[in-house]
Amino acid sequence: MNRRVGKTVSWQRHWLGMLLVAVVLVAVPFVAALGGQAWVRIANFAILYIFLALGLNIVVGYAGLLDLGYVAFYAVGAYTYALLASPHFGIHLPFWVILPFGAALACFFGVILGAPTLKLRGDYLAIVTLGFGEIIRIFMNNLNAPINITNGAQGITLIDPIRIGDFSFAQTSTVFGVSINGPHKYYFLLVTLAILVIFINIRLQDSRIGRAWQAIREDEVAAKACGINTRNIKLLAFAMGASFGGIAGGVFSAMQGFVSPESFSLMESITILAMVVLGGMGHIPGVILGAILLTALPEALRYGIDPLQRMVFGHPVVDPESMRMLVFGLALVLVMRFRPAGLWPSSQRRRELSEGTH
Amino acid sequence: MDTLLQQLINGITLGAVYALVALGYTMVYGIIGLINFAHGEVVMIGTMVAFTVIVSLAGSGMPLLIVLGIGLVVSVIVCMVLGWALERVAYRPLRHAPRLTPLITAIGMSIVLQNVAMIIWGRNYITFPPMIEKIIYDIGGASFTNVQVAIVSLAAVMMVGLIYLVHRTKIGMAMRATAQNPHVASLMGVDINRVIAMAFVIGSALGAVAGCMVGSYYEIAHYQMGFMLGLKAFTAAVLGGIGNLAGAMAGGILLGVIEALGAGYIGDLTGDFLGSHYQDIFAFIVLIVVLMFRPSGLFGERTGDRA
Repeated sequence: MNRRVGKTVSWQRHWLGMLLVAVVLVAVPFVAALGGQAWVRIANFAILYIFLALGLNIVVGYAGLLDLGYVAFYAVGAYTYALLASPHFGIHLPFWVILPFGAALACFFGVILGAPTLKLRGDYLAIVTLGFGEIIRIFMNNLNAPINITNGAQGITLIDPIRIGDFSFAQTSTVFGVSINGPHKYYFLLVTLAILVIFINIRLQDSRIGRAWQAIREDEVAAKACGINTRNIKLLAFAMGASFGGIAGGVFSAMQGFVSPESFSLMESITILAMVVLGGMGHIPGVILGAILLTALPEALRYGIDPLQRMVFGHPVVDPESMRMLVFGLALVLVMRFRPAGLWPSSQRRRELSEGTH
Repeated sequence: MDTLLQQLINGITLGAVYALVALGYTMVYGIIGLINFAHGEVVMIGTMVAFTVIVSLAGSGMPLLIVLGIGLVVSVIVCMVLGWALERVAYRPLRHAPRLTPLITAIGMSIVLQNVAMIIWGRNYITFPPMIEKIIYDIGGASFTNVQVAIVSLAAVMMVGLIYLVHRTKIGMAMRATAQNPHVASLMGVDINRVIAMAFVIGSALGAVAGCMVGSYYEIAHYQMGFMLGLKAFTAAVLGGIGNLAGAMAGGILLGVIEALGAGYIGDLTGDFLGSHYQDIFAFIVLIVVLMFRPSGLFGERTGDRA
């Protein structure tokens, strides 16, 4: 009886918490806009990265497969959208056709890469995925001759924004008397997508599949002995992560209106991985925190470093761009140094660590 | 025929460099099972330091070989200190942390080193002054230079030295013991910390030499050059079976040759559909194919799954 009362109270709290989160989520773009439109875009990227990081979290955090080429799937999604909705080929398909198609294509690539390589041990898998990422990037960079497919290093421009009927995400329009501009619209679209991926992550976590992933992560041999088809389950994680990457890529393409191979470097893969690990692998709130921090930190540094230098030295001593990356790198080292399990690890993982057993 | 020979020569030169860098990865991996992602950056710093020393001594009237020698030695010393510091700051405190944690610190350190290098040496390409008078030898329609001869022979000397060190000296024995089982090794009186630090220091020294070679071969340097070089070298190490010294050497040479041949022949192979700018792809395709059939690399031991 007591338990039930407790549950009601916690449910009420739960709903209150949800409401609070919803209010904050709606308020964010309007508050960010006070600091300039740039901050709305940064908020959008933070959410896009939450999406990507949670997709990678399935692969790395749940299944324990170290994927260093995640950005390849992001790139596949982005280029699929770019090629099928831009003047480059003169094809203009609607987004609800391309996004699923991009996700499916990314998933297909995930399976193609994963099927032969998933039997590899951790670090070998890491380097193979890394190599795959580089292969994709090199192809995007060079597939402009003899047939111009990707337009090489110049990238593809004038990509269609997401459009539902006459409601275009690129223009400002008035909804219920409130004027909402492009970045704001994408913000709400991204939030919806992010909530969806968070929901999927939560549901997966304790599902049969999710527990199978965790079993494989902890001890693959034991998992196999328990009757888990490790190959298929690993492949599933890989394919699922890849499709999320594909969707994120499509949205990125539409939002930017421009893609080029430069956006899909290894550094990008590494940044997404850093978000997952820094936040707390396998722990959804941790990964979200990691994604927000690692998107916001470099931007905050971009705006903060230069004035700070001027204040301290009277003139810029060091190129702000390299100073920014320098601080970013140091932050990565320091956080991992003092919080090896990530900023916000799951309680289970923290317990394991403090017991000193692996 | 002359293309084949020429590409083989170029490939072996490049492969010697890859092999030296790969040794740095493989030593660290063999001992503590960690990918030292910042190693490529150490190599880059080695090139840059050598460049600075050589340029600043060039006008001093010292004989050329001595200037080059000083450049090499200074760069090796700087890199050894750097390798030691890296281990101390970024890896040692995390030895018992989850496996991915040191990977992130390594990436963090690599970002830091790259940007420090950019602050010091600027963001443009640095051109090495042409100091060594190039002598070109011709054999059977192909040619090679004295720089290439120097690179390959120096690399060979370094490799023989390393094998001697690992198999014939006390610290080498300690390294092999630690690689096998750090816990038992420490019970036998091996100072694990010292051994691990040594692996970093020796690896960095080899990396510095490789960095100087790259600098003198291509005659340019850039603060981002360590990245691709490190990636290729790591691929070479994995190709040969990571943790295996001979494997790293063979993997390096093999990768260099494959890349050179690939760049030379890709146009013919694909009917000019793909050009030589796809050179970088070969390394990765070969890697994926090799690992598909030999999951522990070409010379790696087939380790069973740990229970």
